Amino acid sequence: MTMESNHHLNFLAPQPDRSWLGSWIFSTDHKRIGILYLVAISTFFLVGLCLGLLMRLELIAPGGIIMGPQTYNALFTVHGVIMIFLVVIPSIPAVFGNMILPIQLGAKDVFFPRLNLLSWWLYMFGAGVAVISLFTGGGPPDTGWTFYVPFSTMTKSNTTLSVFGVFILGFSGILTGLNFITTVHRLKPSTTPWMKLPLFTWSLYFTAWIQVLVTPILAITLLLIILERVIGLGLFDPTKGGDPLLYQHLFWIYSHPAVYIMILPAMGVISEIVPVFARKPAFGYRAIVFSGFVIATAGSMVWAHHMFVAGISDTAVMVFSFLTFVVAIPSAIKVFNWTATLYKGSIYLGPPLLYALAFIFLFSLGGLQGLILGSAGTDMHVHDTYFVVGHFHYVVFGGAIFGFFAALHYWLPKMFGRLYNYEWATAALFLKFIGFNLLYFTMLIMGVQGMPRRYYDYLPEFQNLQVISTVGSWILAAGIIMMVINLFYGMRYGEKAGDNPWGGATLEWTVSSPPPAENFEGEPVLTRSPYDFKDIKAPHAE
Amino acid sequence: MTDNLNKSYMSYVFIWIILLCLTALTVFCSTLQLGHPAIWIALTIATIKGSLVLLFFMHLKDEQSFIKYAFLVALIVLAIFIGLTFFDVLYR
Repeated sequence: MTMESNHHLNFLAPQPDRSWLGSWIFSTDHKRIGILYLVAISTFFLVGLCLGLLMRLELIAPGGIIMGPQTYNALFTVHGVIMIFLVVIPSIPAVFGNMILPIQLGAKDVFFPRLNLLSWWLYMFGAGVAVISLFTGGGPPDTGWTFYVPFSTMTKSNTTLSVFGVFILGFSGILTGLNFITTVHRLKPSTTPWMKLPLFTWSLYFTAWIQVLVTPILAITLLLIILERVIGLGLFDPTKGGDPLLYQHLFWIYSHPAVYIMILPAMGVISEIVPVFARKPAFGYRAIVFSGFVIATAGSMVWAHHMFVAGISDTAVMVFSFLTFVVAIPSAIKVFNWTATLYKGSIYLGPPLLYALAFIFLFSLGGLQGLILGSAGTDMHVHDTYFVVGHFHYVVFGGAIFGFFAALHYWLPKMFGRLYNYEWATAALFLKFIGFNLLYFTMLIMGVQGMPRRYYDYLPEFQNLQVISTVGSWILAAGIIMMVINLFYGMRYGEKAGDNPWGGATLEWTVSSPPPAENFEGEPVLTRSPYDFKDIKAPHAE
Repeated sequence: MTDNLNKSYMSYVFIWIILLCLTALTVFCSTLQLGHPAIWIALTIATIKGSLVLLFFMHLKDEQSFIKYAFLVALIVLAIFIGLTFFDVLYR
């Protein structure tokens, strides 16, 4: 194929029959939709990051520094809503699921390309409604991202509109999940056995099931808040025969599995990177697949561990505590399998693997903290303290977002056909790693010492740790800015990546970089297992 | 052809009548003071009604087995969610 025709087929190439903007926002090409999500999610991530930095700055000393208490309440709510619903939940499935899943399967697109575009539009519409809610009505919501009743039904802030925004975002997730399930079932080539699917595809498949099964429950729950606020329905109001704990049940039935919507795809990314950079087949392929299934199922039955001190029955506490411990087992299986894959491998410490190792370290710490919170006795002590905030960020940021960063460093050369600077990528990772631990490990200590979460002010004895935490946030932000500059520069001006810069064996590495618009000519026939590196030379090994 | 069509319409009307009867049964049961079993009776009737709508009006019965399994998974998951939530209330 000549360079010219290759360029013509490139999915990033201008489309002469459409305006530049139209060729993006009305495109049904899964790769272009992946880029649309990447731009939107990255933008919201940077906004959420700025809000987080402002909160940390406010907490550098006791008393008011740069804002009042109501602004602080609004800030942690909006930070949570943006980061959870607009960034972390859609991050890997929407960006890399769209970009990579059909190619890994050997398909030309997802099964419902127009529905895929509708999902992006719903995402943008939901985000728009959430943003409008900040500047209209009674001002930004101040309930926290959990929208707990009774406060969320009584507050004068513009909670109705922001809840409605999240309701719309839920539909985007449901449709994406439905699309991915159908894509895997309908577009998997008949010649590809299920047990030869890449682990990233498996992780997206299980995630999609969780999205389809639990997101409607959140949607209904959020609608019920709106009905409580608008017509005083009374479902959650004890004076009208309602039960406020019912809200917490319904909310966490979605929101705990949502953690697995965030983390399972990240685990899939790590399962791709580790074998490629160890030049060894994934250790315990079937165990990794099966553990993904168990995480998806058992992880959907542990939600009430968020409610141990809320007044649920003691029997329920015991049962949910037990189930929480059960879900730790498949997570540990994955960690052990990644480690065993590395063992005696021919390891190349390239940036994607370094990010994967950071993920394994941070997620393992976060998971172990989860066991402290899953034990009813210790949970009583640290519930609603900074320990929970620290743990949550270890899992969601150290897990899902570091997984997202790892995916960016792994697949960006495929997406844009250019490499970034490895030294800068490594330096940025170390900055982030140091900043992250300073920021969140101090929160764990403060939590054990009794610092409550969501408090605008604090006692002077917490100041030293609060200062360390705030300085950590600056270092973390510096690392993120460095990474963004490096990736953006590499994407535009970096050296040509070639089709297979890491020596991967899955199908996406057999097409050109950037991939052609139609992905494959005809149906590709799988000639090797996804982690069989025989006869594939990694460029870095040459 | 017309015979088949008439048969199909008749089955829809028949299902509709069953749904109406089940609704009447739900309303009747709610007037009885049954205590805890009341919720299980209401949920069972609702499940049967939902299944009938899916099987006949949404043509699930004519679909291939994977779609039927997918529906079954949703049903089981919902049963677990409702079961675990009521389990808490039961022991409070």
